[in-house]
Amino acid sequence: MKESHILNIETLGKTFSTSNGGSIEALRHVDLDVDENEFLCIVGPSGCGKSTLLRIVAGLEQMTKGRILRRGLEITGAHRDVGMVFQEYSLLPWRNVLDNVALGPEFAGAPKKARRETALACLRLVGMESFSRAFPHELSGGMRQRVAIARALANNPDILLMDEPFGALDAHTRILMQKELLRVWEAHRKTILFVTHGVDEAIYLADRILVMSARPGRIIDIFNVDMPRPRRRSDPVYGQLAEKILNLLEKEAALSFGG
Amino acid sequence: MIIPALFLICWHVAARQVQNEVILPGIGQVAGLLRHPAQDLISMGSLAANVGISLVRVLAGYLLAVMLAVPLGIVMGYYRPVFKLLNGFLSLFRPIPPLAWVPLVLAWFGVASLASVMKVESGPSYIFLNNLKFSMIFIIFIGAFYPVLTSSIHGVANVRRILLDSAHVLGAGRRDIFRKILLPAAAPSIVNGMRIGLGVAWMCLVSAEMLPGSLSGVGYLITHAYTMANTDIVIAGMISIGLVGAGLDLVFRLWEEKKFAWTRMAR
Repeated sequence: MKESHILNIETLGKTFSTSNGGSIEALRHVDLDVDENEFLCIVGPSGCGKSTLLRIVAGLEQMTKGRILRRGLEITGAHRDVGMVFQEYSLLPWRNVLDNVALGPEFAGAPKKARRETALACLRLVGMESFSRAFPHELSGGMRQRVAIARALANNPDILLMDEPFGALDAHTRILMQKELLRVWEAHRKTILFVTHGVDEAIYLADRILVMSARPGRIIDIFNVDMPRPRRRSDPVYGQLAEKILNLLEKEAALSFGG
Repeated sequence: MIIPALFLICWHVAARQVQNEVILPGIGQVAGLLRHPAQDLISMGSLAANVGISLVRVLAGYLLAVMLAVPLGIVMGYYRPVFKLLNGFLSLFRPIPPLAWVPLVLAWFGVASLASVMKVESGPSYIFLNNLKFSMIFIIFIGAFYPVLTSSIHGVANVRRILLDSAHVLGAGRRDIFRKILLPAAAPSIVNGMRIGLGVAWMCLVSAEMLPGSLSGVGYLITHAYTMANTDIVIAGMISIGLVGAGLDLVFRLWEEKKFAWTRMAR
């Protein structure tokens, strides 16, 4: 283990047993080291187990093989230092924005005043402080996800897992959210593991892009994105990289489509 | 307002035609009884006093049912094995109408009341406690138990998985999950079940108050008035049951509207 690695995933495997007694192998032999402060995107054909990988790192799912070390310590369950943002809207509908964002500190037993201050600071970071009294159903999809990001940040995690967080948003909002996320990441410098099936999104955001195979999911390639931010989609490097990754994914998609 | 008015007109016309107050007394006669609820009727106490004692009985059986069914329903809704363990057994009793329990309940409890357990044998508290027969409370309990249980199970089992997942990731412990996620998320369904349960409990009232040893309550007032051919009292009693039942329902609906506005919006 190198000192700068915040996460070591070692020969990770995951097999689900199905209700009719069969089993599905979702992940096979995944090896990955994640650097401190890195923005890592994971792309792959649908059903390749990329969400499962994230859920295992979050401690929501048990692995069947291998292990994961976070700062050298094995991950055994959900932990406050690992935050997660989901694709589905996950705010509690009966709580207003502020009380939603204050959930993490509340679970940690922080006094009311302190957790409100933390929540407000995180809301300010995502530009949502003026909506602190609003309820989730009063917000647009993009706003809800900004609040969800603020909620994850309120625990001050050192790893932020994002499972297609902008997948349910329209194309225009998605691009704004990507910019917003980069701004937040540059201010906070968390390590981010970001699952997406948008190659364009991955290239726009990531330091490294990890490409996964069709099921059972394995890592088939890793690309470094050596472009200064903010990245322009008209940059020729952008297009070349996108083409490489898309070709790779197309092959995988054909594989999973055929069999 | 048109339908109730039409109904009253029909009643009035029919009563005129029948000309027999045992079969159908006039509106005025019944309204007179309702206007003076504190007046003593066929030496059984007033309408108001009898409705009051009925209400206390219903609330006793109902609260017992809620206190048992809500926690049980939450646990059954959350823990699949507990659900599997208990559901089959509980389902056997669900279809049995509360009234069918009467013979068994009488064999078990007879005319025992809270007074006989608490060893109170005289005074005003005796009269009050002796009105709370175990057999009645049991019948009302059975009536209210299942609606509350079913909706509690349903409410908890249908909490969106994503809410639980995100709470886990945010560091929620088991207590937090129950108190801050499951309970509020299931609350609209639980309260809805409590509303239905209270309605059923109230409906079990007449059957409960027909049990031996009963000497008060609207249910008893109605049956007793029937044997004395005082149909006006029967109808006045029925109307008060209806009014109180609708009133309780309204209280619940206002509560739901105020507390759970988010359920309508959060679609």
